[in-house]
Amino acid sequence: MSQTTLPTVAPERADGPSIGETTDLLVTDRRTRTPGSVLRRVLIAVWLPIVLLVLWWFLSASSTSPFFPPLSRILEEWWNQWVIGDAKFQLASSLRNLLFGYVGGAAIGLVFGTLLWRFPPMRRVSNPIVYFLYVLPAPALLPAMIALFGIGELRQIALISFGAIWPTLLNTLDGMRGIDQVKFDTARAMKLSPPRVLFSLVLPGAGPQIAAGLRASLQTSIILMVVTEMVAAKEGIGYFILQAQTVFAVTTMWTGILTLAIIGTVANYLFVLIERFVLRWYYRSRALGNS
Amino acid sequence: MSQSTVSPTPSAESRAAGSEVLSVEGLRKIYNEGKPQAKTAIDDVSFSVTKGEFVCIVGPSGAGKTTLLRCISGLAKPSSGKLAFEGAPLTAVPDQLGLVFQDYGRSLYPWFTNAKNVGLPLAARGVPKAQRTRRVSEILASVGLGHVEKQYPWELSGGMQQRVAIARALSYQPDLLLMDEPFASVDAQTRFDLEDLILSVRRDLGITVVLVTHDIDEAIYLSDRIVVLSGSPSRVREVVDVPLGRQREQVATRASDEFLGLRRHLLDLVMPHAPHAA
Repeated sequence: MSQTTLPTVAPERADGPSIGETTDLLVTDRRTRTPGSVLRRVLIAVWLPIVLLVLWWFLSASSTSPFFPPLSRILEEWWNQWVIGDAKFQLASSLRNLLFGYVGGAAIGLVFGTLLWRFPPMRRVSNPIVYFLYVLPAPALLPAMIALFGIGELRQIALISFGAIWPTLLNTLDGMRGIDQVKFDTARAMKLSPPRVLFSLVLPGAGPQIAAGLRASLQTSIILMVVTEMVAAKEGIGYFILQAQTVFAVTTMWTGILTLAIIGTVANYLFVLIERFVLRWYYRSRALGNS
Repeated sequence: MSQSTVSPTPSAESRAAGSEVLSVEGLRKIYNEGKPQAKTAIDDVSFSVTKGEFVCIVGPSGAGKTTLLRCISGLAKPSSGKLAFEGAPLTAVPDQLGLVFQDYGRSLYPWFTNAKNVGLPLAARGVPKAQRTRRVSEILASVGLGHVEKQYPWELSGGMQQRVAIARALSYQPDLLLMDEPFASVDAQTRFDLEDLILSVRRDLGITVVLVTHDIDEAIYLSDRIVVLSGSPSRVREVVDVPLGRQREQVATRASDEFLGLRRHLLDLVMPHAPHAA
């Protein structure tokens, strides 16, 4: 980048701030805005959970009910089971199914969403089927899945995938259909090849909505992960919870539920982190108030 | 380009066929052709543009100016008529055509930096990365933008964004630059700056420009010839020569007698029943 483009300065004054000023403005903007707002956002997000945890801790402290043991005992048991004990192997099995199921389903959703966008006749034909499968509660398919895939982890992965397809597929399709026609005219004027149109225009253009779909798919996947482990399974967190409940190990059961909550939260935050990075153009341009 | 191409009343036949960049003959565009709701947007439009010329297309609003531009850029298919770009029949957007749309907010890709936006048509043409980077800086400088490569379009002012869009259209050195109301979305001061920018770019690069506008003053200030369209469905009402020479200056040119005379004549053409503007 050369600094020698002298004629630049004069016309830019007329346009508003010069380039240097724009940058400074932006940086100071970010500096003055971010620390305060981040702290506030974090506080808004965590104050209620903290209050509830504290309430739980104190209200359950002297509990003698076999169904609601003191939180201190649950945490102690959680440490024994999930950190020292063998329960972490259940976690590994669950996470593996979740990962394969989610990634597989999301990939299918993304690919078929794109195909349905690209080929409108295909879209018209498959529209009723897609919505039929979308509204069908995935757990209802468990018995069919058992018949199809047996009771192994393949069945679990298949069901998680099935549930993960639809939010991603529908959001991908919708996001791509929402891209401004002028951007496609521009692509034609620039003579972009079809693969380039896909990767330079269609996917980034639909990016924010695809991300929304992927996130909904992730939530569905976590739910289905637990559900599949609770029916005819021999491992996983769902199996662990159900098993503990059957033998009246209520405290142990609670540790499983706690672990699930942690998985859900961590997965969600990881997702948001990646999304904010990949779509940083989107969040930054929105923060600036332009489109 | 020499001044002689701007001489008064050059008929289409007198222009050398070899240097003809764009020729439009009997162009007609009917939307929903053959259906009850068929609408003729363009009835019969013929004109041609020679190499190095600056031609503006003006007409009353709703005259199908944008439709005409979409047809001559190859984005839309005409219902009938002949279109040729550098002698070859025009069926798709030609390689050597640069397009600038009215709304930079809609035509630029907000997910790419300015450098990536400008370099996109170069990448599509297989220009190697190092060469691309150099070319992008060069062309950004030539539209009066320095070191904005790493910024995003939405971090710039409207006028600067339109400069990025112009740089993108110029990056692959097209023979013809086609612009659809390119300065309609910016404020008046920026508009003057961009008008002068496009005149200087045209002088430096010797590029042929066709610009669609509804602004008669802008058309006179910029062009060598003005194609005046009638209201919908459009026909060519008149092709007006603008013998103002190559050197133009916002204040002096716009105040000159020739300019005002042309302005009155064009207003008469565009608004036939309106009283004469003072």
